[in-house]
Amino acid sequence: MSDVTAAERELLRAHARAERGRRRNAFLLVAPLFVFLIFTFLVPIGDMLRRSFIDSDVASVWPNVVKVNRAWSGEGEAPAALWPALAADIRASAAADNVAVAARRLNYAVDGGRTLVMKTARRLARTESAPNDDWRAVFLDADEAWGRPATLEALRRASGPVTDFFLLAALDLRKDEHGSVIAVPERDAIYRTVLWRTFSVAGMVTLFTLLLGYPYAYLMTRASKPVEAAMTIFVLLPFWTSLLVRTAAWIVLLQENGVVNSMLVWLGVLDTPMRLIFNRVGVVVAMTHVLLPFMVLPLAAVMKGIRPETVRAARSLGATPFTAFRRIYFPQSLPGVAGGALLVFISAIGYYITPALVGGADDQMLSWFIAFFVNDTINWGLAAALGVVLLVCTTVLSIVYAKIVAGRQAG
Amino acid sequence: MKAPKNLPTRQSDFATAPTLVTFEKISKTYDGHTHVVKNLDLEIRRGEFLTLLGPSGSGKTTCLMMLAGFEVPTSGEIWHGEVPLSRKPPHERGIGMVFQNYALFPHMSIAENIAFPLEVRGLGRAAIAEKVKRALDMVRLPQIADRRPNQLSGGQQQRVALARALVFEPELVLMDEPLGALDKQLREHMQYEIRSLHMSLGLTVVYVTHDQTEALTMSDRIAVFAGGRIRQLADPRALYEEPADGLVATFVGESNRFDGTIVSRDGDTAVIATRGGTRLEAFAVDIGATGPAAVIVRPENVRIGAAVDGLRDVITGRVVDVVYHGDHLQVHIAAEGLDVVAKQPTRDAEAPTVGSEIRFGFLSRHARAYDPARTDH
Repeated sequence: MSDVTAAERELLRAHARAERGRRRNAFLLVAPLFVFLIFTFLVPIGDMLRRSFIDSDVASVWPNVVKVNRAWSGEGEAPAALWPALAADIRASAAADNVAVAARRLNYAVDGGRTLVMKTARRLARTESAPNDDWRAVFLDADEAWGRPATLEALRRASGPVTDFFLLAALDLRKDEHGSVIAVPERDAIYRTVLWRTFSVAGMVTLFTLLLGYPYAYLMTRASKPVEAAMTIFVLLPFWTSLLVRTAAWIVLLQENGVVNSMLVWLGVLDTPMRLIFNRVGVVVAMTHVLLPFMVLPLAAVMKGIRPETVRAARSLGATPFTAFRRIYFPQSLPGVAGGALLVFISAIGYYITPALVGGADDQMLSWFIAFFVNDTINWGLAAALGVVLLVCTTVLSIVYAKIVAGRQAG
Repeated sequence: MKAPKNLPTRQSDFATAPTLVTFEKISKTYDGHTHVVKNLDLEIRRGEFLTLLGPSGSGKTTCLMMLAGFEVPTSGEIWHGEVPLSRKPPHERGIGMVFQNYALFPHMSIAENIAFPLEVRGLGRAAIAEKVKRALDMVRLPQIADRRPNQLSGGQQQRVALARALVFEPELVLMDEPLGALDKQLREHMQYEIRSLHMSLGLTVVYVTHDQTEALTMSDRIAVFAGGRIRQLADPRALYEEPADGLVATFVGESNRFDGTIVSRDGDTAVIATRGGTRLEAFAVDIGATGPAAVIVRPENVRIGAAVDGLRDVITGRVVDVVYHGDHLQVHIAAEGLDVVAKQPTRDAEAPTVGSEIRFGFLSRHARAYDPARTDH
């Protein structure tokens, strides 16, 4: 009896040893890629996402103010210690030439915040000491905005270490001085419009790639081998053309005295040339062209698996060609439709260069604003928050897709 | 399902049964010069089980597809009674069809599969449920209504395909090698089931296969196809025992073949000099007065040992192998440079010794002489 268990134990040990070796080898094989991904993908993305809720601009230049503010709950009057701290910090940062960092941060939350800080800094440069150490009076004398609770509340909130300011701003929301979430004024609201525009352009592009790609993919799967290869190359052509060449071609084709307009006028469809580029039409045409392969290839892959006899069987059982398509062929192609649509949609909501090149001012999508805040205004917090919005949308869509696919396979 | 009608029940009765479908001078070509089907005439009689038998590429499947409506004849017409059929789309023909790989709809449950032909015909919900249930009972699978096709075995899928093709009560059912994907035992079982459904429902069945055993066991009549033509159309027994030409003789059933030259001919009897140097008296089926001939003998008609006494022609050979098949022995004899096979019932033959000399022969009416030009495939 004990012999058997000893033998079994030995077997288990040997098995575990073999397993360990196998696992270590598998890990070593993927380790280089894993390290590469950590440093080139996960770390930068994590750092970017961190900036959407970490608020360190003010803290980096006004340490004393931050210390006072973090001790203050925001209830009642601002603590008296705030004013000398603020005076000392502004003076120090002005001397270190980085007062603009805090001024810019305050400007996000308060209208005229930058002017207020810069003006006060100049005033403080001329003021050696405050009478009776009443720095509050000095500030109020410099600008009466310092007396408003909203200004002080904004400064308190900007003191970090974390903030919901950027994420709210990315959805056209902000907190009022009582801490409740409200919509920003109509004239400042822009990101919801941009988000809606991003989704509607992506939706239109998805629809057009589906309408154009479905019959194409169908034909591809029915064609002979050489024809199928030619059709695949044809659909992949946009990948092999430089973006600038493609853009130049679209401009030549779509401009007001371009080929398409001339044709339409000549055919009598239009009386006068229509604007087809540097507007929404141009953006949708160009993106549809580039994203077509992402629709056609998953569709064709699924359609290849559909047995043509099922359609024949439906016909022999009494279905008209349309019914056979609607009830038998199309439902079987749905996983391809879902896969293609999701790929196109997710790629499209992140599009940046194509709309920037062939779109007008009103056609820029969310990514353009991210690039704008990163490159032009250096507002990394808002850029990161917009990135979070995009990432959340993509993740939700992927989960929905995974659920659909899993549901179909289970059913 | 329909109650069995007053139908002919014996094979010979179909000679007088009314015609259901007529192929009239049907030709089909895909490229404009090679004919897949050539000037073909065929009558399908009401209530019969007709098998189209032939090697692949012989045109049998094309004929079935033209009948189903998936192919259009290049010339000629298919008549359904008085109605020309060849330009009618498949869904208006009302013909049930069972496909080689069943062609069940993978995204629908079994019940939905079977309900499909009823739904497209606009039947009410209650009537559909009733008929689906009866169809599943008919193929003896009442418990699988909610499953998906990929959860069924091959045999079960085949029965569902049958139920789906029969549920809308077509009078004509086409089957395109429906049992090809099943293993031998299941295939034989399904042959029997299809056969009994055919009889109990009074269906007309057109069945395509390349398996000659299947054709012989299932059919009322068999049409042997080769090169786009029908070489012989007859009931199984006539086809096996009296093949009209050499191709049918060699394609249906096993056979020994002795090639030679005609020495003399007198009515139905001819004397053939084989290449091995023997003179054989044979029954002249498909030969002229002179020229080459192929003598075909079924293995079960080859006599060996003492049974050759009294035969006109006796050949001597050497036993190469004796294979035991349970109910019979297969004796391989090297003679005339050929491998001659003789089938002997196990109970009345003593197994000859391998390597020994042996004498064999056959009745001259069992030796059938054909034109070799019409014997090779």
